[in-house]
Amino acid sequence: MSQPYITLNNITKSFDSVYANKDISIDVCKGEILALLGENGSGKSTLVNMLSGIYKPDSGTITIDGKEMSFSSPADAIKAGIGMVHQHFKLVDVMTASENIVLGHIKHLTTSKKRMAHHVEKLNKKYGLNVEPDKKIYNMSVSEKQAVEIMKVFYRGANVLILDEPTAVLTPQEITALFDILRKMKQQGCTIIIITHKMAEVMEISDRVTVLRKGECIGTVKTSETTPQQLTEMMVGKAVELEIERPKCCDYTSKPLLTVNSITKTNTDGVNVLNNVSFNLYGGEILGVAGIAGSGQKELCEIIAGLVKATTGSITFDGEVITGLSPRAIIKKGISMSFVPEDRLGMGLVSGMSITNNVILKSYNRNPGPFIDSKFAKKLAEQIVNDFNIYTPSVNYTVKKLSGGNIQKVLLGREIWLSPKVLITAYPVRGLDIGASYNIYHLLNEQKKKGVAVLFIGEDLDVLKSISDRLMVIHDGEIVDIVDPDSVTKEDIGLMMVGEHIRKESAQ
Amino acid sequence: MDIIEQIGLFLQSAVQTGTPILFAIVGGILCEKVGHMNLGVEGMMLMGAALGFTVACATGNPLLAMLAAGGAGAAGALIYAFITVTLRGNQVVTGLVLTIFGTGVSGLIGSFVSDKQIPQTVREAFSPMEIPLLSDIPILGDALFSQDIYVWLGLIIAILAYFYLNKTKLGLYVRAIGENPGAADASGINVTMHKYINILIGGFLCGLGGAYLSTAFLTTWQDNVTAGAGWIAVALIIFSTWNPLKAIFAAYLFGMLRGLNYKMQGWEIQIPSQLLTMLPYIATIVVLIFIAMRKKKENQPPKALGESYFREER
Amino acid sequence: MSRISISKRKRSASAVADVLIRIGAIVGALLFIGIVLAIMGYDPINVYGKIIQTPFKRFGGVMNYTIMLTTLSLGIAIAFRMKFWNIGAEGQFYMGAFGAAAVALSMGDLPPIVLLPLMFIAGFICGGIWAVIPALIKAKFQASETLVTLMMNYIAIAFISYLQYGPWKDPAALGAAKVPNFSENAVLPEVLGVHSGWIIMLVLVVIMTIVLKYTKFGYQVDVIGESETTAKYAGMNTVKIMIIAVIISGGLCGLAGFMQASAVEKSITDSMSAGLGFTAVITAWLAKLKPPVILVASFGFSILLQSGNSLQLMKIPSSITEIMQGVIIFFVLASEFFINYKITWHGKNSGAKEAA
Repeated sequence: MSQPYITLNNITKSFDSVYANKDISIDVCKGEILALLGENGSGKSTLVNMLSGIYKPDSGTITIDGKEMSFSSPADAIKAGIGMVHQHFKLVDVMTASENIVLGHIKHLTTSKKRMAHHVEKLNKKYGLNVEPDKKIYNMSVSEKQAVEIMKVFYRGANVLILDEPTAVLTPQEITALFDILRKMKQQGCTIIIITHKMAEVMEISDRVTVLRKGECIGTVKTSETTPQQLTEMMVGKAVELEIERPKCCDYTSKPLLTVNSITKTNTDGVNVLNNVSFNLYGGEILGVAGIAGSGQKELCEIIAGLVKATTGSITFDGEVITGLSPRAIIKKGISMSFVPEDRLGMGLVSGMSITNNVILKSYNRNPGPFIDSKFAKKLAEQIVNDFNIYTPSVNYTVKKLSGGNIQKVLLGREIWLSPKVLITAYPVRGLDIGASYNIYHLLNEQKKKGVAVLFIGEDLDVLKSISDRLMVIHDGEIVDIVDPDSVTKEDIGLMMVGEHIRKESAQ
Repeated sequence: MDIIEQIGLFLQSAVQTGTPILFAIVGGILCEKVGHMNLGVEGMMLMGAALGFTVACATGNPLLAMLAAGGAGAAGALIYAFITVTLRGNQVVTGLVLTIFGTGVSGLIGSFVSDKQIPQTVREAFSPMEIPLLSDIPILGDALFSQDIYVWLGLIIAILAYFYLNKTKLGLYVRAIGENPGAADASGINVTMHKYINILIGGFLCGLGGAYLSTAFLTTWQDNVTAGAGWIAVALIIFSTWNPLKAIFAAYLFGMLRGLNYKMQGWEIQIPSQLLTMLPYIATIVVLIFIAMRKKKENQPPKALGESYFREER
Repeated sequence: MSRISISKRKRSASAVADVLIRIGAIVGALLFIGIVLAIMGYDPINVYGKIIQTPFKRFGGVMNYTIMLTTLSLGIAIAFRMKFWNIGAEGQFYMGAFGAAAVALSMGDLPPIVLLPLMFIAGFICGGIWAVIPALIKAKFQASETLVTLMMNYIAIAFISYLQYGPWKDPAALGAAKVPNFSENAVLPEVLGVHSGWIIMLVLVVIMTIVLKYTKFGYQVDVIGESETTAKYAGMNTVKIMIIAVIISGGLCGLAGFMQASAVEKSITDSMSAGLGFTAVITAWLAKLKPPVILVASFGFSILLQSGNSLQLMKIPSSITEIMQGVIIFFVLASEFFINYKITWHGKNSGAKEAA
């Protein structure tokens, strides 16, 4: 092996006396792709954020090309040739692609649209990208935004590229295109660090893999000399059963519990975010929903829950039309929706409040009179904490101070306690480690066995394939198909997610 | 006096009335463009007015008076910047306190100079200058070319600020900070430095605006000389949709409204002057509704306005 | 090499530390001001002595301020808890005073037992209406309520000014622009030497404590403040709750206007608020939006406000008290940093060298 280009030596970083990284040492060579593998919360992002100057390590050293570095800001890291594509894009929405690309690195005193566009076109040619220089960021799709982020790195002439979860929001086809670019860069001698928790991608793109677990470095292995099983064990710390159970308990000949009938939703810009969506949801099944982020998942959830009015179409629950009812009336009927947005705490939980105040969110109104029934609230909180093994010092503890898994359990615990007949859950395992995720899958399956109709909106296609009884793929607000998850491959689903119809064999 | 001359003189005084506010609007725009809402404009203007007056009386040097006034405003802005940028304190509260503090400081300084008069040298320096030939043009001659140095400075500063924000790389950086400080930071822009610079320049301009009122309009010290001009400026920042060129228009329009207020008393039309006083505020609310309705992303307030930025936020 | 790192506290500093840091900030501010006073040639001990004596010597004056500030802060607090940034207390105060005055001037012959409650209601309603306009604008157009409420202040003041110089001008005042005095029946009686507004204030503090802490409505307000989407999701009618809370907010500020007009001014003027609508934003913030603490903070501020007059007798400019208010809050604002962030100093660590 050649001399490493970047060496991180005994890096330690803590946040408010909790270790995010502890004594981590890694090295990467020129022309090498290193994958950082680890579950959510294992400290991957923290580690690369120190390399890009966002965080300062508490101790330890960073050496680049033999020189010891001390980054006190992202500017220092950029000067050292490090480029980073953050998981949550760092782009200025109201500015154009080219303005974003040259930001911070303009040589002339004044700005010129033409000059900026010229740079972008040159880079487009060189790397085979397709960025429109004058397009505003707010008009861009996720993959376009990512292209802008990558071009920012090129523009600064970086020779180290760090990508934090670049594939999470892309379709399989877009991932292929991204990997082509990465290989091209590697050939040109760039050093690449890629963060992911998807095993298949690690195996496909990386030369070596460093595995992190709970802030510590477990080890580094050559990709060619390892297997997904070995990596998973390193990641989780014990051999895990990767199978998700799928009890069959749905009677598809019975009447569907929830019928969504030709729902169309036109937003304020006149765009149909949902277009003629129709499907049935049966008691005792999990209907999985796959689709690129922003394909109408959120709108679908909100319309069923009554938060948003559909432009046309209707929804029937147990034979009764519920379109037009208030959210409260719909909750009372036994339709429960929990949407976990990207920041996990946006909808469904009140992060600054105690567990007690969160569990009564949908039931605080059950007693008559103007006062909150605090005895009931306390009892309910204690019961949910108990039943769902929520790890907390007390029921008065603020929710945002809990760990991700426990936060999610508070959310699902509350929903399940309401004993719903329909459970709509979107991204319930977002940000959770594998163990916690499996807990959640188990909880959903329990509900299913009780005859609850579950609509499961997910991201990870492997999980969707294994847990769903039927799998609905949406694209651009339309249902592409509803398929039997065992009869399609992941690639098929990927193609459907970009709108291609691949009809093999339809599910019921 | 014929009607043309009357209009000319009316516009002349409208421009003069609008000028101190123009300084404050432009100062406020610079501050808000880096994402900081500063409700301390009135306080910084008062501090500038008081120190500008004091130095004018003490030295008789108009330039020193202006520098001192700007310096006083910038000193107020420095307190604000330290608390809101470095210590990430609440911007609304800090701004309001700065106004109370500035009123106090101005009152205190004023109590020492209440018996002083602006010296002749300063008075002359700040009196209108007629530009040969140009000042003979009907209407425009009076409105624009028989004005004092502050009026010219205000115009130049507004134009420069526009150029700075929209045509230079620093302006691009500044706008990026106001929209998304995280993105600007990750691009290698020194967010803290730019915030400080803009807030301080903003404070300097507010101080100058205040000093115009105390040193060019008046000859003796008057407590609370700004009489709410700073708050009007806060309103007109929005009215001009954070654009320094529109700020010129907004400030002069306000000056005309004020002028109309006085004129009207001599005319037959009887609109109570207090109702005219309301107009800029009502207009600002209408503008706010209008930009909110149009949803044009470019005219919205800077997205990060009012939020503190902490790089290691998780 | 040693490094200093700053991180946001996940666990907030303990309640005791929290209070200690704040008290430390206030003591620090007082020391700082003391030094400045000494440099300027005043005797700080004498100045502080005068300030401390104020509540004993001029209790009535201090209480007048306390009643105004507390009631205004209570109004601001309920809106702020909902993250509705109502900085229009000033305008709502004037409109409340206007409402009360309209009743007092037109029905001054009614007996106090009828007239005062009518004025109370009118003050509440007018203040509420003034606050609900920005709320409706926000609900309908999503225009920033911070800016709209701010503008509404000046419209209200200009309106009172219009009345004072125009239609309500007292012909008996011989040319002076002044609204006529209220009839005796429209003046809040004194109880224990202070106008009875203090009873109203205490009742309001108790009511607001209960409403915010123990009722479903208070819970809804807090949930909306934390996250409006969550509130909607939980089936709350957020617009309705927001409108009600804002009406209460403006109504309380209006009540402050009613009390000041009825008991202190016995009339209305366009400068009767003395800017306390803005000061109340500061006291509400200082008290962390908690009603009982608001009472304490307002009382403390009122002492400062009132002592301005006593200082003037010592030939010390009364603006010193404004500077003191400013410096104290600056210090408290700065101290917040140490409550919200944790500063860690990492001592010399092994092998780390200063980079070139």
